[in-house]
Amino acid sequence: MKPAPFQLHIPSTLEEAVGLLSQHGEEAKVLAGGQSLVPLMALRLARYEHLVDVNRIAALQGIAREGGWLTIGAMTRQTTAEAHRDVALVPLLHQALPLIGHFQIRNRGTVGGSTAHADPASELPAVALALDAEMVIHGPAGGRVVPAREFFVSTWTTGLKPDEILTAVRYPVWPGHCGFALEEFARRSGDFAIAGVACGLEVDQDGDVARAAIAYFGMAPTAVRASAAEAALVGSPARGADLAEIARLAASNTDPGDDIHGSAGFRRRVAAHLTERALERALRESIHA
Amino acid sequence: MAVNGIPRTASVEDRRTLAEFLREQCGLTGTHLGCEHGVCGACTVLLDGGAVRSCLLFAAQLQDAEVTTIEGLSAEDGSLSPVQQAFADHHGLQCGFCTPGFVVSVTAFLSSNPAPTDGEIAHALSGNLCRCTGYQGIIAAVKAVAGR
Repeated sequence: MKPAPFQLHIPSTLEEAVGLLSQHGEEAKVLAGGQSLVPLMALRLARYEHLVDVNRIAALQGIAREGGWLTIGAMTRQTTAEAHRDVALVPLLHQALPLIGHFQIRNRGTVGGSTAHADPASELPAVALALDAEMVIHGPAGGRVVPAREFFVSTWTTGLKPDEILTAVRYPVWPGHCGFALEEFARRSGDFAIAGVACGLEVDQDGDVARAAIAYFGMAPTAVRASAAEAALVGSPARGADLAEIARLAASNTDPGDDIHGSAGFRRRVAAHLTERALERALRESIHA
Repeated sequence: MAVNGIPRTASVEDRRTLAEFLREQCGLTGTHLGCEHGVCGACTVLLDGGAVRSCLLFAAQLQDAEVTTIEGLSAEDGSLSPVQQAFADHHGLQCGFCTPGFVVSVTAFLSSNPAPTDGEIAHALSGNLCRCTGYQGIIAAVKAVAGR
């Protein structure tokens, strides 16, 4: 047995789960699909006295369209979301899901679990950040909604309090002439990305960029937006934009780590190439949308 | 929990993984433990029909589950499943340590995609590690089952 001893709790309602988290505070952790948390526990990088398994809470499952939003219950399995027709309404999510781990991991891994785990190199936090998604949270005082920009704090750290649970992620469905592209570089399929980027662009009737989103993963202690590069794109004509220059600007404002997989400089160069490619794809799609 | 169609009832420590439960409490040692943190794929089993890492699940989570291990893939008389036979025919194994995980993963993959492309096969195999074969025999075995 690799993880340190813990007590497993298996509540069947959200209230029960929140009650357990309130009772045990910092000593408790929510167990979703376990595809990131259990390896950390097996390697003894994480250790908890109590695990609150939320796999049996029916209210955390499901995918729903509501107006301009697609709401995905936190415990929806990644393979379930991958196969769901409505997920195509959020193209960045649709492109990101098949890149998470391997199919055996996605069969168990969940949309909310991966988002709340907040690994800086994983795809779903960057997608939520790029789209200005909303985090639906439940705690002892009831529900609250937190914008993605305020949710991701640092590596494996979010704005969730110890007694709160992420119950759903609400992704906005962008209207109008939009294009989306997600690009990542990993040495083997299923590996954590050495660098990755999620881009969304909207073009107005005059052919100018009306909205731009560029979010990186693997390039800082958390998923990050390239705000200066986004601002440089908005308002300029979509055709003829110097995407290579925008991409260089975007990648230069990141803070990647140096490790055996690549130096910070290498990651920035890779990120600039990925960004240019993603912006080209997104722009082409938005002009023809 | 039902394992290979047989109901199993046992008391387990909370931190006991599904893989350990299968090996030590059910005596089903065909499920191999390699890395024990979700990377190598040797411990892959079917949980309610889908391939999963049994080292990343706790047995106590799975009270009503149906689990199929490598032992459950061959026929009752011991004859090999089509995937097992193809691995034998095409040199899809050498030492055999990773083989149960590969066979379970490939069985699940081909049931959802019976006619895969070369790229889809390579992608589907990427979640299992083999340190002997260089993968070519394994790929040949998958193609053989897919009728190519």
